Amino acid sequence: MNLGLDIFTVSAVSAGAFFFLAGTVGLLRFPDSLTRLHALTKVDNLGLGLVVLGLLPQANGLFGALKLVSIWLLVQMSGAIVTQLIAGAVRQRGPHG
Amino acid sequence: MTILSVFDIGLVVLILGIGASTIAAREAFPAVIGYVVYGLLLAIAWVRLSAVDVALTEAAIGGGMTGMLLLGAVARLRFAEGNDVRTSLPTRLAAGVMCALIAAGLAIAILSPPDPIPTLAPMVMEHLAQSGLGNPVAGVLFVYRALDTLLEKVVLILALLGVWSLAPDSVWGGIPGLRVYARPGGTLTFLAQLLPPVGIVVAFYMCWVGAKEPGGAFQGGTVLAAMWLLVMIAGLKRIPSISQSWLRLLLVVGPVIFLAIGLAGMVLANAFLDYPAGYAKPLIVAVEVALTLSIGVALGMLASGPPERVRQP
Repeated sequence: MNLGLDIFTVSAVSAGAFFFLAGTVGLLRFPDSLTRLHALTKVDNLGLGLVVLGLLPQANGLFGALKLVSIWLLVQMSGAIVTQLIAGAVRQRGPHG
Repeated sequence: MTILSVFDIGLVVLILGIGASTIAAREAFPAVIGYVVYGLLLAIAWVRLSAVDVALTEAAIGGGMTGMLLLGAVARLRFAEGNDVRTSLPTRLAAGVMCALIAAGLAIAILSPPDPIPTLAPMVMEHLAQSGLGNPVAGVLFVYRALDTLLEKVVLILALLGVWSLAPDSVWGGIPGLRVYARPGGTLTFLAQLLPPVGIVVAFYMCWVGAKEPGGAFQGGTVLAAMWLLVMIAGLKRIPSISQSWLRLLLVVGPVIFLAIGLAGMVLANAFLDYPAGYAKPLIVAVEVALTLSIGVALGMLASGPPERVRQP
C-alpha cells in the first residue's frame, strides 16, 4: 500500500516537473508576450496541480492535504488573474510599453 | 552527494547569479525584478537552514513589500526630471569600493567565527516554557528582547513620518498618491473582491500561530497590508487622507499597547517589559494582534506614498 502511494507520488511529481520544464522552455522560446503568458499558465495549472496531487498522499493528515489544495487554488487564481492583467496591458500599450 | 546537497548547491548558484545580475542590470526596472526574485530565493535558502520565521519575513518584507516600494520608486523616477544624468565615475567607484568593503567585512566576520561560537540558544530553550510560548523566535522577540521589538515598531512609524514629510505644505493631511486602476467589472476588481477575505484570515492565522510555530505580527501585518493595497488600487475603497483620526489611531495602537503592558510590568512584575507570572502568553498574543493591525496600516501607507492631493470635503 505504502509502496503504491510512493510510486504514485514520484510519478505525479515527475509529471508536474515535466510541465514546469516545458513551461520554462516555452517562456524562453516563444516569440511574444501573449504566447509566453500562455506557457506560464500551463505551469501554474498542470505543473503545480500534478505536484500537489502527488504530494497529497504524503500530506500531514486531512488539514495538511487541505492546505496543499488551497495553495494550488490560490496560485491558480492569482496566476490566471495576473496573466489577464498583463495581457490587458500588452493589448493596450503594445508589447514594449 | 545526496540529492539535497545538489539542491543546496544549485540554490546557492542561483542566488549568486541573480545577485550579480541585479547589480549588473543597467536599468532600474530589471534590477528591481532581480531583487524580488533574489528575495524569494533567499526565503527558500532560509527554509533550508530551518529558519522558517526568517523565511516568511524575507518573502513578505524582502521580496514582497520592499519590491513594491522599489517598483513605486521606479515608476516615480520615470516621470521625474533630471534622472538621465549619469553619475560621475569617481562617485561610482567610491560606491563600489564602499560596498566591496562592507561585503568583505561581513565575509570575514562570517568565515572566521570564534570557537566555540557563542550562543544563547540553549538558555532560550531552557526557559521558554515559563512564557507559555512554543516558538523560540517569538520567545526571543517578545520576552528576552522585547525592547528591540518595541523599538522596531516605532522605527516603522518614523519611516512613515519620513515618507509623509515629503509632501508639500499645501497637501499636508491630504490623500496619498497611490495610482488607482478602477475599472468596474475588470479583472483587478474581481481579484480585489475575491482575495481579501482569504488574505485577512491568513494574516490573523499567521499572527495567532506565531506563538507556537513560525509566523508572527510582521508576516501577518504584511499580508494585511497587501490586501488593503489591493482593495485601494482596484478602487473599491477610497485611499484615506493621512489626517484621518482612525488611521492615526490604528498606526499607534500596537506600539502603545506594547508600551502600556511594558510600563505595567514595572508595577505588576519586576521590570519594564516584564510580564506578570502566568499571564505572559495572553499578554503577548494581545500585543501581537495590535501590532499586526499597526504594521498592516503602516506598511499600506508606506507603499501608498506621500500625500499628493488635498482632502475632498
